[in-house]
Amino acid sequence: MLDLEFMRLALMAGAIVGVVAPAIGFFLVQRRLTLIGDGIGHVAFAGVAAGYLIGISPVATALVFSVVGATALEWLRYRQRAAGDQALALVFYVGIAAGIVMISSAGALNANLFVFLFGSILTVSHHDLVVVAALGFVNLAVVALLYRGLIAVAVDEEGARVSGLPVGLLNVTLAALAGVTIAISMRIVGILLIAGLMVLPVIAASRVAWSVRSAIAISMGLGLTSALAGLVVSYYADLAPGGSIVLVAAGMFVLVSLAPGLPGVLGRRA
Amino acid sequence: MPLAVELESVDFAYGDAPVLEDVDLAIDEGEFVAIAGPNGGGKTTLLRLILGLERAAAGRVLLFGEPPARFSRRFELGYLAQRAQAAIDAPISVRELVSAGRLPRTRVLRRWRSTDDRAVDQAIERVGLAGQANRPLRALSGGQQQRAFIAKALASEPRLLALDEPTTGVDVDSQEAFGSLLEELHRDLGVTILYVSHEFGAIEHVAQRLVLVRGAIVFDGLPSELPDLWHDPGHVHA
Repeated sequence: MLDLEFMRLALMAGAIVGVVAPAIGFFLVQRRLTLIGDGIGHVAFAGVAAGYLIGISPVATALVFSVVGATALEWLRYRQRAAGDQALALVFYVGIAAGIVMISSAGALNANLFVFLFGSILTVSHHDLVVVAALGFVNLAVVALLYRGLIAVAVDEEGARVSGLPVGLLNVTLAALAGVTIAISMRIVGILLIAGLMVLPVIAASRVAWSVRSAIAISMGLGLTSALAGLVVSYYADLAPGGSIVLVAAGMFVLVSLAPGLPGVLGRRA
Repeated sequence: MPLAVELESVDFAYGDAPVLEDVDLAIDEGEFVAIAGPNGGGKTTLLRLILGLERAAAGRVLLFGEPPARFSRRFELGYLAQRAQAAIDAPISVRELVSAGRLPRTRVLRRWRSTDDRAVDQAIERVGLAGQANRPLRALSGGQQQRAFIAKALASEPRLLALDEPTTGVDVDSQEAFGSLLEELHRDLGVTILYVSHEFGAIEHVAQRLVLVRGAIVFDGLPSELPDLWHDPGHVHA
């Protein structure tokens, strides 16, 4: 398997996505914005469609659409005081509708689209890997830089606002990071399933973690394992990788939940 | 004594529904004030107006002499929101929670220093959780969790501590211990305390002043001067 270049590229890109997605997803889960990844994923779909329509890289347009969509979502949620689920519904349906209209106009309702919807191990190029690595590194660097601020907002947004922290800026930055994560993950996991890789490892890790640091570290480990195991399964079983990656992540959640005494043992650490 | 809080002829409404009318209130720096009243009476709204989370429809609100929305030293405000308990579900240690409270003093992008670690340790020690600092918040009892949140609010060395229904869901013994802790903090640190609750039994004997809110301020004085009638829940909640 490792003799094949496409597989090496897919595994390297998958490893990066597996680590980055839960690191961003952690803060979304703590802020009760678990489904935001789905909403942004649908905007990314519109971005892919726009790429086909105007004849430029769908990844680049998806990146722009994801970041703008995520920022708009945060703006709707706060400035317009729309309830979180209403803002999400608006972005969700506008994204998918715009995507279908544009992709129909471009005459691109074909198999290529499935690569973006469900991921593919065959389509990661050297150029893609460089982009995924660079943007993944930037995402992790921004999280490291804003780590304490993101935690402060995640655990008590109103308290952070009262005490003068730049809550709006931190929220928009997190939304933009989620947008970038989705854009760089769609080749491997697919637009429809990337949210699963952002959320499931975090939910599993949260059951056994004893601190924020441990939760992020464990969720990154679970995300990495899910991505690599899912890609290997996908290769041998000839499946779209998005489904197998997310199912492995779901399996890990089940294992963690069922492991007797595990949450209690780790919860008593320190 | 300089004023920490000043409200003059303040009105506030949610849409067409008036919540507070013609509120006048002056709180000296260093006072321990309990703000009580029935649910829906406007006590939390009053606190939110003071902190700049809501804007008055009419009248004037000042926080340490400045309009709250433009208050320039927000790191001097320690706030425990009614719903901050959401953090209890998060995988967070006591030290991480309290460190989050220190951040307004250090700023988001500034380097974390050893003095910040010391301030966090001191806040944890002050609430009696030194032995629990590295434990997960969710592994603590309700009373200990409340102490952890107080430590978070103390970590930025505030001049004003605003607590909104801080003992909700906490057993009676822990509520009394919590009242004693606040008395100690007030005495040792001289911090202004605004304590909002629909029940004020836990701090009745430690608060210096009681403000009763029911659409307007209907009582403002020493807790001991509160007419017996108001101790009757049936009257307060009427």
